[in-house]
Amino acid sequence: MTALLEVQGLVGARGGHHLFGPIDLSLSRGGALLIGGANGTGKSTLLRILAGLLAPEAGAVRVNAALRYLGHHDAVKPALTVAENLAFWQRFNGCGASAPPLAAVGLERLAAMPARYLSAGQRRRLALARTLDASAPIWLLDEPTNGLDAASVTRLEAEVDRHRGAGGAVAVATHAVLRLPESRRLELGRT
Amino acid sequence: MTPFLVLIRRDLALSLRQAADALVAVMFAVLVVVLFAFGVGPEANVLSRISAGVVWVAALLAAMLSLDRLFQADHDDGSLEQLALGPLPLWSVALAKATAHWLVTGVPLIVAAPVLALMLAMPPDGLATLLAAMILGTPCFSLLGAIGAALVLGARRGGVLVAFLVLPLAIPVLIFGTAATEAALTGLEAAPHLMLLGACLLATLALAPAAAAAALRQAVG
Amino acid sequence: MTGSLHRFANPARFQRLARAVLPWCAGGAAVAFALGLYLALVASPPDYQQGDTVRIMYVHVPAAWMALGGYTTMALASAVALIWRHRLGDLIAQSAAPIGAGFTIIALVTGMLWGQPMWGTFWVWDARLTSVLVLLFLYLGYIALVHAFDDPERGARAGAILALVGWINVPIVKFSVDWWNTLHQPASISRFAKPAIHPSILTPLLVMAAAFMLLFATLLLLRVRAAIVEHRLRTLAMARARG
Repeated sequence: MTALLEVQGLVGARGGHHLFGPIDLSLSRGGALLIGGANGTGKSTLLRILAGLLAPEAGAVRVNAALRYLGHHDAVKPALTVAENLAFWQRFNGCGASAPPLAAVGLERLAAMPARYLSAGQRRRLALARTLDASAPIWLLDEPTNGLDAASVTRLEAEVDRHRGAGGAVAVATHAVLRLPESRRLELGRT
Repeated sequence: MTPFLVLIRRDLALSLRQAADALVAVMFAVLVVVLFAFGVGPEANVLSRISAGVVWVAALLAAMLSLDRLFQADHDDGSLEQLALGPLPLWSVALAKATAHWLVTGVPLIVAAPVLALMLAMPPDGLATLLAAMILGTPCFSLLGAIGAALVLGARRGGVLVAFLVLPLAIPVLIFGTAATEAALTGLEAAPHLMLLGACLLATLALAPAAAAAALRQAVG
Repeated sequence: MTGSLHRFANPARFQRLARAVLPWCAGGAAVAFALGLYLALVASPPDYQQGDTVRIMYVHVPAAWMALGGYTTMALASAVALIWRHRLGDLIAQSAAPIGAGFTIIALVTGMLWGQPMWGTFWVWDARLTSVLVLLFLYLGYIALVHAFDDPERGARAGAILALVGWINVPIVKFSVDWWNTLHQPASISRFAKPAIHPSILTPLLVMAAAFMLLFATLLLLRVRAAIVEHRLRTLAMARARG
């Protein structure tokens, strides 16, 4: 079985300064990777390189499936309602049928509310609803639990479990404790 | 609906929620014309002599006004990186955003152009050519503007800088647009000027999305 | 291909190359200026129409050429920086910008000084002068953009794209300004554009052009050397700050 995502000799740098690497890793179906490390060790940079937003300093990234990326910013438009925000990204990415319902992140009752009235945690849940799209096998999540309450974290863990069961894979960079059974850990900043 | 149209529709929806923002550009153009009248004096023959140039300069300045917001909001709230990861190539994202910008500011300016021309006592024989030239010229402003707006993402001073970068690039459009209108007013052939304006539009249509995409790529990286 | 290019793009190698070439450029510029100024100011005949005023041309025309040459250098270096992602291209482009802008200002000022006795006023919207003025705005826009970012790398990247866009735009602006000028001033012809140039004028002009080119090269090498050292200092300071 070919891996969904493969990385060889990856070196990350920021502002011309070496951050991590060289790293070899691969994500196969059902796999999960937890990326840890102190602030400034390059967790976000690694995820941005995997997503294709950033060019690596050296090494090769091979992505063999569609991916969704959740960054630090939620990409939520305050002037649109919660449902409109989600519908835009689903139509733009062309994932109408496979889209998770707002209920998956506990926002179903706020669907018609303009997003400017959401709290930071609710905005994060809306961003998660955009990202947790079953039609894309690879999910790259950068600090997905930022601002989330305990119930939302549990829901996130359940969604990730279901996705892995259906043949998806996930890479998460986080400081929080996230219960992802049989996941591998990658600690950055260990020299 | 294709992702391209989805993106245009969202940008239109966002602009229409703040309809006042969209109208500010037209109001600004009217204000520039009024300022010219105050500056030059109310004599109809003087105003009519400079009317073609003033309408074009007013339209160009008004189009510049809203440019720095073209990508800024999407850049700040993380939408831009999501757009970059989506199914559209970045040049297509830039083209969609420029199209939305033109629909929101360019089209109202075209509609307002006859009013501006009448305020400046432009003889009615120039109006048809003025409209034709505006239809060819205003998309160039939005396309060139997209380059500038993408370049200044993350810069310390956005607004003035965009205008400073884009206005020199827009000089040919201004020259051919004004020349077409004046040719029609003086009873000369306007077609060569309009063709040059069309050539400008084709060239910017071909090059501007790619240049804006290169700048957007730097901004999300 | 890229390997051999990167060999020259290596900053340390560039420093050695610059050190070897610089004295020749500087010496050549001094000799060419001495010879050129003698030919232009003393040896060449005054114009039968313009008198001694024509001698301004020996500074104006080479300066205008180098204004264009400087922008082309910037655009080429920017293309190298964008395609091969090499820092040296950015450093060359950024170093060339103020020098090119300087030549542009010299071309504008000498054009105005020449215009005063010819036209009776310091500024007329002559097609050539106007094009040079637009070129100055392109230079200033580039310089403003490069310095508008907190992250110098971002400024360099944005500047490189703008330099290329501007370079494509230069001939279009030139054409449109000529078009505009013939529409509005059909009678005025630029006096700098003589159909046939007599050798007594051409020789000093070419020597002055060589002098300006060598001066441009000298200043560019000096500035790039300083920029490389500055870049290295910044990298060292970063490394020290990170421990």
